[in-house]
Amino acid sequence: MENIIEVAGLRKRFGRTVALDGLDLAVRSGEVHGFLGPNGSGKSTTLRVLLGLLRADGGEAVLLGGDPWRDAVALHRRLAYVPGDVTLWPSLSGGETIDLLGRLRGGLDAARRDELMARFELDPKKKGRAYSKGNRQKVALIAAFASDADLLLLDEPTSGLDPLMEEVFRRCVAEERDRGRSVLLSSHILAEVEALCDRVTIIRRGKTAESGTLTELRHLTRTSVEAELAMAPPPGTLEALPGIAALEVRDRQVRCEVDTDHLATLISALSVCGVAALTSRPPTLEELFLRHYQDDLASAGAAR
Amino acid sequence: MSATAFAGVPDLTKLITRRERIRLPIWCYAILASVGGTAYSFKTLYATPESRRQFADGIGRNPALAVLYGKPFDLTTIGGLTMWRMGVFGAALLAVMSIITVNRHTRAEEEAGRFELVGAGAVGRHAPLIAVLRLVLGTQFALGVIIGVVLVALGEPVSGSFLLGLSIAAGGWVFAGVAAVTVQLTDFGRSAAGLAFAVLGAAYLVRAIGDGSGADGPTWLTWLSPLGWSEQTQPYAGDRWWVLALLVLGTAALIAVAFRIAAGRDLGSGVFPARPGPAGGGRLLGSVSALSFRMQRGNLLGWATGLLIGGAVLGSIADSIGELLGSSARVQQLFERMGGQSGIENAYLASAMNIIGLVAACYAVQTTARLRTEETSGRLEPLLSTATGRLRWAASHLAYPLLGSALLLVIAGAGAGFAHGGRSGSLGTQLAQLIGAGLIQVTAVWVVVGLTVLAFGFAPAATAFVGWSAVGFCILLQELGPILKLSHWITDISPFSQVPRAPGVPVSAEPLLLMTALGGALLVAGLIGFRRRDIG
Repeated sequence: MENIIEVAGLRKRFGRTVALDGLDLAVRSGEVHGFLGPNGSGKSTTLRVLLGLLRADGGEAVLLGGDPWRDAVALHRRLAYVPGDVTLWPSLSGGETIDLLGRLRGGLDAARRDELMARFELDPKKKGRAYSKGNRQKVALIAAFASDADLLLLDEPTSGLDPLMEEVFRRCVAEERDRGRSVLLSSHILAEVEALCDRVTIIRRGKTAESGTLTELRHLTRTSVEAELAMAPPPGTLEALPGIAALEVRDRQVRCEVDTDHLATLISALSVCGVAALTSRPPTLEELFLRHYQDDLASAGAAR
Repeated sequence: MSATAFAGVPDLTKLITRRERIRLPIWCYAILASVGGTAYSFKTLYATPESRRQFADGIGRNPALAVLYGKPFDLTTIGGLTMWRMGVFGAALLAVMSIITVNRHTRAEEEAGRFELVGAGAVGRHAPLIAVLRLVLGTQFALGVIIGVVLVALGEPVSGSFLLGLSIAAGGWVFAGVAAVTVQLTDFGRSAAGLAFAVLGAAYLVRAIGDGSGADGPTWLTWLSPLGWSEQTQPYAGDRWWVLALLVLGTAALIAVAFRIAAGRDLGSGVFPARPGPAGGGRLLGSVSALSFRMQRGNLLGWATGLLIGGAVLGSIADSIGELLGSSARVQQLFERMGGQSGIENAYLASAMNIIGLVAACYAVQTTARLRTEETSGRLEPLLSTATGRLRWAASHLAYPLLGSALLLVIAGAGAGFAHGGRSGSLGTQLAQLIGAGLIQVTAVWVVVGLTVLAFGFAPAATAFVGWSAVGFCILLQELGPILKLSHWITDISPFSQVPRAPGVPVSAEPLLLMTALGGALLVAGLIGFRRRDIG
């Protein structure tokens, strides 16, 4: 599959602050790609480089086969962007803003716009200055979803939406994928990414920490296992297994974490003792995420 | 009002003072320098009572000047002359300062959502209004006292000097009260300020009509305007302190009304409900130019109205300027130095057109600086992520400083041409001449615009600063240069002194082309910088 976004070794500094420090990112055509990272890790900077709003200091970025800086206008006809902090024109109504942004992008589907306005329960007659944060976000989202862009760049688009509207948003993203569009979804809401994304890139301090499908990423981390055995395991056997951690053996109760690659070894070792009950839980995205940032948290704790 | 309403006022006052630590001193300095400078130049130009009497004879017969500056009460003293020239004008300037400052720290804060952040703390709901009024009224009071001290130092009577200073200050007070009310009325800072400016404009107009009418006319109209009250304190000519009390009472009444309304409304909303807009973009809203027009049209209309009236007023004075100035050879000399060679009337009109050019430059800088505020507000980003190129967007806004200012100059020239030509009976000639004299000023405006765009391209944070400094510098050279007898070498730095002094002199194309080229080069350089830099 061809990559719709291809970023390699991207660098960007603002004065002395390093915002991007060799970032890699590949978004395949037709996928919903999660772009995860804590505040200030460089997600928005990456998107703004991809939009040609910022000029990269180094590295390569290819967007829809073009150069995001040089070919900005031509590329923008094929993408729609929702900023993280939506500011509207104070004297324009929401409906006017949606139509304007659509027309500037080269057209929008009026029927789809009306349908989206109904689904997001947006009152299009309110003036830009009167909308709440969530409603401003809806205006930008409707303008993006109603466009016929190939690529949607969404920067933390649900931070102001209520849970009901977030559900509507998720359905819209799923529909977009079904229609063959690609989505780059920057977020720090893990449940959202887990529910929507085919592949994920985790960014940390301006660098790619991890990238792949959720299944692939899960392989890189540990599964928690809880088992009740028919007989207590002989001491020392479980400890000797490869990739095992946080082992707790209390008589016939076993609780541990195991590298997902070594799960099979653990199961066979347990079955020797006769398994009465077994629960195995794959790592959540939270755990994945936390694992990458544990160092940051630990050093922050140490610094304190 | 309960004591809790005052909670947080000291802290908020500190915050507002900090945010205003540059702007308010500039306002105060500019006004103090204008009043002091006027008094000083009258003192040197009209040193003898005889020369002042001659000057007064001319002015006494000219209603147009009373319309513009206010009624003269005693033109035989330096103080009286200063009051006539700067009293109403200074009060109007302080009124502008009040409106801008009060609005910035009340309604605009609420609109931006910042007051919610502050208001959630132990802060009374009226605290921002109380804090900003305290700062504005206090600053203006101090300024009034300092003006009094300066005039006393120049040798004027004590009572009149302080009354003059406080009359000017009290003009600012009343409009702080007006702004305190208008910010309660609408939910939009810009409309609140616009409403207050409309009241100021009406107050100026009502006073102008009252002052301009003869004894049988509606002179009582002056008393309907707070600016009229500022004038009617008559410093150095009877010192009517009780009129000052009227201004203080008026301010108090307006502030009381403001608090009354504020107590009955919700945070973030106004008394007038927000009107809904259309559900979709009309056919006219289909391009970035249409969007810029939507954002700029109200402002352009306001400036056009102001410049039409201003041009007409300046034009209507022209034919009586000769008799006014004929009495003093020294002044005639001065005005010829300021204006041109052929006749005092043309010299005056050329100066008037120069002033109008500077006003158009203010509009141009205001609209050019809009490029930067659109960028920092975050509204540029979504536009540039559509198929809108940077230059296309910049051009859609720059049409206003470049072409809008030309339109304003044509309108002002037409206003002056109608007023002057109508009175002197040569409408066609005057109209053509004065429109032309106005329009050539645009080349100097373009230089200022070019400089501002250059800043926008390479030092975006300094855009407004560079633009306003350039205009301020030009105004200073233009107004003070001839009076201070600065050498041409210095005054020629201002592009406005390069514009041919039309009407009355043949207009040579050379300086106009040179300035157009310079403005164009600066503009192009700035746009190249803007194309290459980061947004945000």
